[in-house]
Parts: sequence; C-alpha cells; structure tokens
Amino acid sequence: MADDIATVDPSSTTTEVLEKVVIRFAGDSGDGMQVAGTRFTDASALFGNDLATLPSFPAEIRAPAGTLPGVSSFQVQIADFDILTAGDEPDCLVAMNPAALKKHIEDLRQGGTLIVNTDTFEERNLAKAGYESNPLDDDSLRGYRVIKVPMDELTKEAVKGSGVSGRSVLRSKNFFALGLLAWLFHRPTEPTIDWARKKFANKPEVAEANVAAFKAGYTFGVATEATKSTFEVKPAALPAGTYTNVNGNTALAWGLIAASQKSGLPLFYGSYPITPASDILHELSRQKNFGVRTFQAEDEIAGVGSAIGAAFAGNLAVTGSSGPGIALKSEAISLAFIAELPLIVINVQRGGPSTGLPTKPEQSDLLFSLYGRHGESPVPVIAAASPSDSFEVAIEAARIALTYMTPVILLSDNSIANGSEPWLLPDIEAIPNIEVDFVKYPNGPDGTFLPYLRDVQTFARPWAIPGTPGLEHRIGGIEKDAITGDVSYDPKNHQLMTDTRAWKVANIANDIPDLSVDGDEDADLVVLGWGSTFGAIRAAARRARLDGRKVATLHLRYLNPMARNLGEVLSSYDKILIPELNTGQLLKLIRAEFLLDAVGLNKVAGEPFKVSEVAEKIMEMTK
Amino acid sequence: MTAPIYTRADFQTDQEVRWCPGCGDYTILASVQQFLAGLSRNREEFVFISGIGCAARFPYYVNTYGMHSIHGRAPAIASGVAITRPDLSVWVITGDGDALSIGGNHLIHTLRRNVNLTILLFNNQIYGLTKGQYSPTSEIGKTTKSSPFGSIDYPFNPVSLALGAEATFVARTLDMDRSHTQKMLEAAYNHKGSAFIEIYQNCNVFNDKAFIQLTGKEERVHNRIDLEAGKPIVFDDGAKAVVMRGGEAVVVDSNSVDPKAILVHDPTNPNASVAFAVSRLSHGPYGPTPLGIFRDVNRPTYDSEVNAQVAAAKEKLGEGDLAKLIASHGTWTVDPSGNGASA
Repeated sequence: MADDIATVDPSSTTTEVLEKVVIRFAGDSGDGMQVAGTRFTDASALFGNDLATLPSFPAEIRAPAGTLPGVSSFQVQIADFDILTAGDEPDCLVAMNPAALKKHIEDLRQGGTLIVNTDTFEERNLAKAGYESNPLDDDSLRGYRVIKVPMDELTKEAVKGSGVSGRSVLRSKNFFALGLLAWLFHRPTEPTIDWARKKFANKPEVAEANVAAFKAGYTFGVATEATKSTFEVKPAALPAGTYTNVNGNTALAWGLIAASQKSGLPLFYGSYPITPASDILHELSRQKNFGVRTFQAEDEIAGVGSAIGAAFAGNLAVTGSSGPGIALKSEAISLAFIAELPLIVINVQRGGPSTGLPTKPEQSDLLFSLYGRHGESPVPVIAAASPSDSFEVAIEAARIALTYMTPVILLSDNSIANGSEPWLLPDIEAIPNIEVDFVKYPNGPDGTFLPYLRDVQTFARPWAIPGTPGLEHRIGGIEKDAITGDVSYDPKNHQLMTDTRAWKVANIANDIPDLSVDGDEDADLVVLGWGSTFGAIRAAARRARLDGRKVATLHLRYLNPMARNLGEVLSSYDKILIPELNTGQLLKLIRAEFLLDAVGLNKVAGEPFKVSEVAEKIMEMTK
Repeated sequence: MTAPIYTRADFQTDQEVRWCPGCGDYTILASVQQFLAGLSRNREEFVFISGIGCAARFPYYVNTYGMHSIHGRAPAIASGVAITRPDLSVWVITGDGDALSIGGNHLIHTLRRNVNLTILLFNNQIYGLTKGQYSPTSEIGKTTKSSPFGSIDYPFNPVSLALGAEATFVARTLDMDRSHTQKMLEAAYNHKGSAFIEIYQNCNVFNDKAFIQLTGKEERVHNRIDLEAGKPIVFDDGAKAVVMRGGEAVVVDSNSVDPKAILVHDPTNPNASVAFAVSRLSHGPYGPTPLGIFRDVNRPTYDSEVNAQVAAAKEKLGEGDLAKLIASHGTWTVDPSGNGASA
C-alpha cells in the first residue's frame, strides 16, 4: 500500500470475487471523468485484468455546466478472462451530478452500485437536469445499492494545506471518486499516486491535492464501510508476455512508425486537425527522434496534397482525417491513384453526414471509402478491428501501398480511436521488413526511363524519386501511355490503363490471407463483421454458444479486395448475419457480390453495439 | 565531381509543346530552360509541380522531375516535396485561376510558412483552358463568355496579395522580356524560402494585348517602372518619379520634386509597407506599373525549421527506439502460468 493509506480491514467488510465488472464514471465535462476513467483503467491494467474501455464525451469543449448535454462519461469493463467489449450495462455507476445521474441511471444494472456526489444535488442542478424532486430523497433509486457521498465537502477538507485554493479545490474531486473506487474494487493505489505526482511535477500543489483527495476517497471507504462488501476481480489468464494499455489512435501512430522503420522510409504525416483523428497528429508530432515529419496543413486538401508530394519525393506518406475531411481529399486520392503513388489515407470514422456526431462512432463511410471518388479508382481499403489491431493494420496498409504503388484507405472509428485495451507488446525484431526498391537505372531502351513499365508480379510501376540521375520523368493526373508514361488521349490506351489499375488492385487478393472461421464448424449461422464490431460479434457468439446455439463468426480486415475465399465460406452457411454501425453497407456489397440472402443488424445511435443486441439477433436467427 | 555543362536542349523533353501558336507560355518556357541550363546544377535535382490550366502543362516540357497535379493544389504538393527533400530545387508553375482562385488558400499559406520553393504565377487575366471566362485578375467590366454584361468581380493584385501573405520574396516580370525574366528567376532561385514571381503572360487567343501598355513600343516607355535596388524609382525616360506621401506611393513629375525626395527602392526593407505601397501604383497592367523585385528579405525557411526540430530531437533523445516507445505508457507482465504481475 502506498504512502499511509489505511488498508481494508478484512474483519468488517466481506469481499465478493467477480469474473468481470463494468464501471461507468459520469459527470460534468469539467469534472475530470476521462482522467478518472483512464487512471482506473491503467491501475487495472497494471494489476493484470483484461479490460476494454468506451469513453464518451460531448462535442462541445464545455457545454453549460450541470446540463444533460454537458455530461461526459467513461466506461470500463475489467475481467479475469479475455473480454472483447467495454460491456453493455454498468455494474457500478459514479454520478458526479444530477445530470449525470439522469442520463445514465437507466443503464445501471438492477442491484448495481450507485455512487453519488450528494453535494451537487441542490435545487439549481436538479432543475438543470430536469428533476422535479430530488431523486436521493424519494424512492426512485430503490433497486440500487446507493452510496451517498458529500464529495465536494470531503474533497475541500482533504486538500486543505496542499496549497491549492479557490475554484481549483474542487478539481480534485475526480481523484476522491477514484480513491473510493480503488477501495471498492481493490485496485492498486501506487499507479494512480505515481501518475499524479509525475503528471503534475511542475505544479506540486496540484499533485498533492490530487493525491490527498485520492487518499481521502479511499479512506472514506475504509472508515465508513461504505458498503457491506467490496469487489475483487482477479488478474486475467492472458497469454504470457509484456502488456500495455493502448488506445487506437496511439497504436495507429506507432504502427506507422513501425512501418517507417521496416520499410526504411522516413515517415511524413500531412493532416488538418479534426475530431477524432487529431490524436494521431499529436502523437506523431511528438516522435521526431524517429525521423517523423508532421505537417499541420492549412486544410484537408493540403494535408493530402503535401503527403502526395512527400510520396513522390520518396517518403512513407500518410494523411489522416475523419469523414468530412476525407470528402475534401477525394479528388487528391484519385490523383494518387492514377499517378500510382504510395499513400496511406486514414479515416477515423464518426457519426455523419456532415458534422453529424463528431465524437461518436459509426461505420458509415464504408461505401464512401470504396466508391467515393470520381472516375474508376478502386482504392484498396483495410479496417482495424480494435485499438491494438490498429498497430498491425497500419503496417499492413503501408505494405500494400508500398508494394503495389497505390493509395490505401485505412478505416478506424471513434470507438477504436479513443477506446483502449491491453496489448501484448509485439517483438519489433520479428515484424517483417517491407521491401522498397527505388529504381536507380533506366529500364527502357537506349537509356530511357519508362515510368509505367510494370513489375510482372505486382503490376506496380517503378518508383523513381527525384535526385536519381537519368530517370527524370513527369507524372500527373492526365492519362498516361501504358509504357512510356507520356500524356495519352488514345481511347484504347485509356481502356488498357483503367483495366490495368483495377487488375493491379484486385490482384492484391492473392497477397492477403484467406479468412478463417471462428466458432462452430457445423454452425447454421455465420455472423460477418468488419471494423470495431469485432468485439461485440465475438462476445455475442460466445454468449449464444453458452445457450447451446451453433454460431460461426467471420471478420473482414480487407474490404477491398476481399479475401478470395469469402464467397465460398459464406455460401457454406444457411444463414448470414451482418451487424454494422450503419444502415447496411457491407450487407449491400455481400448481397450484390455473392447473391446471398444475408440479413443486416444495423444501428446508428452514436454508440457501439451492446453484446446483448447482437446476441438477441443471433438467438432469434438460430431458434 | 565537376559541374555539369548543359544547354537549353538538355532541359527540353521529347513532348510536342501544345500551347496555342503565339502564346506567351512559349517565351517563359524558353527563359526557364535557358536559366536552368546556365545553373550547371544536376538536372535530376529539379522538381516542377503544377496544378491545372494552360500553364500547368509546363512540367511536361521541362526535362526534370515533375508532376502535373490537380487544380490549385500545386503549392501543397510542392511543400511535401520541399519539406522532406531540402536537397532539391522545387518549382511551382501556376496561373491566375489556379493560384488565386481555386488554390488561393495554399498559395497564401505556403508564402506565410516560407517553404523553400519558387512559385511562377503566369498571369494572363483570363481562363484559357476552359476557353475564356474572366479570372480573379480580370478587370472590372470585362466581357467574357461567363460575364456577357461585364465582370463585376473586383480583381486581385497578385503582388499585393503575396506581400500581404507575408511572402519573403516577391517580384513581377513580363513574358516577352526574356532577359528581365531570367534576372528575376536568378534572384528567386538564390532566395532561401518562398519566392513568388508574377509573370504577365499574353493569351493571344482569349485576352490578346492585355499587357500592351507594358509591351507596346510607345506605351512601355511611359508605363514601365523598373524597380532596381538602391536606385531612385524613376521612369518615362526620367520624366516621372515615385515619392511617398502620407504612406502612399505616388507618381510625380521628376522636376517637380527635390531629387532627394524620390523613393529609393529597397527590397530588403524588413517592413513590407513600402513594398506594398509600391505595389499599389497600379492595379493591373494599366498605366505606370512596376516590374522587378518588390521584396527580398530573409526569414528562416519552413523546411529547415522542420528538419532542425527532427535533428534536435535525435540529438537530445537519440534515434528512436520503437520497442521502448511502445512500452512507454507503463507495462505489466503475464508469466507463462497466466498470472498477472504488475511491472
């Protein structure tokens, strides 16, 4: 036990051992709920639990205090086995104010634990949240284990002497809540205390206030025996190795750095700030000692334009954005496609159209990624399944782009980008190199350079970078002769080039793994998914199997081209279910491509699938 | 290694040049090729990036590396080349529609950042490739296919715009005057940072004789103001001079003022106000119009700053270690028996 926190007295409180528990922190945007959630998560990760998180925050930086739109929340599921999602309904809810209670109480499981900050339940806040009477005084919370805590008062008391004063005092109340939860769930306290001291090293008074509040919260639990029992979730029996807790945007940024090292090409990231993709720019801009050059462009088009220039100049070139920004990049992606330059375009999807739901997840850019360009430009598309998968997917996107001289669209979404999970750290040495050979010498007759004389296997054109003597050449958006690369308006040549580019991309199917089915071989139903629905689909199938149903699942990392055996695999099942956070985009493709009567489960409600939603549909289809 | 010796032919490609006969672009192409040949710099170190428009075909005719890209975006694409490859000489070829209309944003931000590249803006005051609509530099009242009752768009003065966008090098020249063009190219090439040259270029098909006041035998004597560093600004065979009055540059009869009052041109003046005032002497090639270098000052270039930050990070932290990076947010280990233990 760190410092001088009193330990749990085993005689007075019983401990319930749980397999898993879902905890949700909810409060005003300014209450520090994301920090509280992240700290609880990290302490749990270091303790060895498996976990998954789902942060949720308003698009406004600070919506009016105390209102429903201003509520920010963070959900984490911790478990002693390998879980796949952040959980459906919380077992424990922390409500820092009436609005947070109002917004989230319906999700709390019956019999679940509710921790409320009673100090905020006064007339004004109750009115702002739309309560006519104080829910703490009537019996509307019957059915939950309610722990009432005057957190404002106790926090003020705790931070006395730390040196913080005025309005800053109450900023520490998230640490008070965190301390109480550390007690309630037997979390180690050192990681949080260490973090606070490191994070606020330049403001020692803030560090000490947070530590004091944290300890006070913990001690409050011990001293008052706030509940009859506390909870323990044992470490998960995960595969041996070293783990870290990582979110999707960070893993994606690190994957790009890995691809840079494995290809031997310097990384260039041209981007314009946009939620929820900006954290990729933030992370990469910190990693300059990896030779990373980041360029915060004047707009989305300049972001992709600069990356195209960097690709022409011989870099591993990447641009990143979210739906609205990708729309602006569309013309430039077509340029990269016809010029056959390697480029990675990251789309961290969010709710659309237009500004839509900028801080919520959605998978509604799939068809846009596949078809949202002028002309015939079938760009390869690849999608991450989870936060940690983003690392591998980034490397794979780079491999495809560099091997086939093509732009590649990499899809993530808000739940992957901001959600986190334990990640078994890969052996960097074991990641295969990405072979890149810049052309050094003329490849045509009489010392000429033919910029479209293709590799016989990959159909990729040669990459000759400026500075290479004798290979001076011009590329561009106008159609080029199939061999010489000169401007060509010849109709037959355009047909040939269009077909060749399409064939080049289709041929990538021979260079990606066949799909393997997860689950019952003799299942009647296969559930097909892509992107962030991975966890909910797998977990739902598990649940259905416990109920005696025979279910198989399939996950698509590659959306274009798709795995060669997809049609064959799908055809071997009587029923196909495709859950998506859109109105049925993959569904449309599968039905059109394979003439199969697949069924969709679709949702665009600004949140991921609950496992129960997918499981219910599976049950219904396997009756 | 000895410096290569080139002739203009070394910078010509085997592509048939497809501009209209008589187009000013031919003259500019010849001036640029001649200039590049004279530099004795390896041909492979030049990169020409263009957008869309008549001028944008330029890279196909220069035997260096090049990209004919999309409308208005050349400065952004060229920035990606220049930032990552400071060893190259990067050029942007653009026109009045490409740079000032659809690509206006990229132009001003590239100039403000001072990326090390040279922008040649061929200003013919008309949309040529789309067959004759008014452009952002066309004069008010201009009758074109898309302005049958006369243009009501107030035009840009590209030099004023560049100065307002914090450009460190701004010049103006004329397609027909090859020796002046080459002087401007040389100064731009030697400038570290973004160099912007507006080139008045005649479109003999859709906007012929737009620059007649600067090219006509009679007219040019009265209207062409040659800006020369360190010299008083006089023109019209010395009859006219430019003086500053109340922050404004005005044309006066030379003999009506004390010679000491005549404005001495100083492109290196850190304050851009005087250069801006000089750029306002005309709003288009009408009446007395200055040609030459308006501004030529030093400011750290964007690409050198980017690369300095990378070098400084490597110096301070050493070459990045990816295994360390991915473990930098705290780790724990699970032993082969499956038991977790914090680390």
